[in-house]
Amino acid sequence: MAQPGIHMQGPEPYGAHGPRQQYFSPYSWNGGTVLAIAGEDYAVLACDARLSEYFSILSRDSPKRYKLTDMTVLGCCGFHGDVLTLTKMLDARLKNYKHEHNKTMSCKSIAAMLSTVLYYRRFFPYYTYNILAGLDEEGKGCVYSFDPIGSYEREVYRAGGSASALLQPLLDNQIGMKNMQGVQRLPVPKEKAVALVKDVFISAAERDIYTGDQIIINVITKDGIHEEQFPLRRD
Amino acid sequence: MALESVCSFQAPNPRIGLLRPGGKGDVDESDVLNNLWSLDKFSIPAVTDPAEFLKPFTNGEGNVKIEFDHGTTTLAFKWQHGVIVAVDSRATAGSYIASQTVKKVIEINPYLLGTMAGGAADCSFWERVLAEQCRIYELRNKERISVAAASKLLANIVYNYKGMGLSMGTMIVGWDKRGPGLYYVDSDGTRLSNNMFSVGSGSTYAYGVLDSGYKWDMSVEEAYELGKRSIYHATHRDAYSGGVVNLYHMKETGWIKVSQTDVMDLHYKYKEEKK
Repeated sequence: MAQPGIHMQGPEPYGAHGPRQQYFSPYSWNGGTVLAIAGEDYAVLACDARLSEYFSILSRDSPKRYKLTDMTVLGCCGFHGDVLTLTKMLDARLKNYKHEHNKTMSCKSIAAMLSTVLYYRRFFPYYTYNILAGLDEEGKGCVYSFDPIGSYEREVYRAGGSASALLQPLLDNQIGMKNMQGVQRLPVPKEKAVALVKDVFISAAERDIYTGDQIIINVITKDGIHEEQFPLRRD
Repeated sequence: MALESVCSFQAPNPRIGLLRPGGKGDVDESDVLNNLWSLDKFSIPAVTDPAEFLKPFTNGEGNVKIEFDHGTTTLAFKWQHGVIVAVDSRATAGSYIASQTVKKVIEINPYLLGTMAGGAADCSFWERVLAEQCRIYELRNKERISVAAASKLLANIVYNYKGMGLSMGTMIVGWDKRGPGLYYVDSDGTRLSNNMFSVGSGSTYAYGVLDSGYKWDMSVEEAYELGKRSIYHATHRDAYSGGVVNLYHMKETGWIKVSQTDVMDLHYKYKEEKK
């Protein structure tokens, strides 16, 4: 028997106050820049290590490069949550491939796979900008760049992410030799590529708030992946 | 993949019973596990209208701007010696030129070409699916698929996704028993056949040049020149078009790639001719 003064209250029925619009925002922008250059027998992939949200710097040690195989490195930036999920899924797939086929996936195949992985999120995209660097079957450097839903292309050099619009024109000039008449297009030596990467990132850190702190440079050759760090402005 | 289908290999088929939100049994645990290892299903946000849901993020309100690469001027026309396909090579993400080296002619097989206008990823993905389906058709029927059938396959596939935000305007070009074939297919489900099409934001400019120079009995060289010139004029007036002109010729023996010309070189060539 119910006692006087005690009201038994269950949860209110759904929609008791009329229909309510629910909203959720699944994305954020955490900045970051990646850059890759393909040479004759090497590929360079560089990325900064700053992780930001709006005007806060969340981390100064969050590199955007993900080593996928002994020959392939992925540069991945944008929304960090999607970056983590995407790279985790790729690692799982590559591990599975290795167990099934007893070999590591080639850079070309990883590029094709990444394209479909991204496209199958066509209606709920990963908010990520991807650049893949490695060596192709002939041992030549290769770079693949992607849009957030998997449109991809093999290129010689590419900048992606926050400062891409600052870096790309410099690369067009220094590597692509665009709009220059009577120039010799010589292959870029590895040392020059690395020096160029440092120069362009210094410039990007000067003008882009989402790029800075330090860069991590990966040089991929037939001997493996060599990594070096280089400090940038920390303001 | 194609061989698996002919051998009746039972892999879960992504394109039968296409996923629509709110469909019966959309999410169940085995599906989620299945999803981990196969690419069989599209992930769709758990909202009533996925296309509406994504709009604020793709049109760039606020901090999040997911911009997809878009493609732009493409044309194709039939004439006495086959079909010409000519395209530009610029991809834009908003106002940023994402690439000047896009391959907008998609080589489906030696007798079929597709073109890319609208979303770059939409076109390349679905035309890849089309290539797979055409190969399966060949293996099953011991003959090449007709251009009509191939284009209808594509139109039917994308029609299943109508209203979900796909964006593609494509021309399917080929040669089959009936001779040269040219179809226009877009993401609304439109499918048309005609002697001449141009698709993309620069199409109006291309049509202008094309219409004024087009004759059925042109020579091969004249047709190549008309294709290049039409794309050049489109790139000159349309900011979303540019880069190089890629030119293909569909013959009875299959397609050939004729040329790749920087529009800057064409610009000075045509300027010289005017003098």
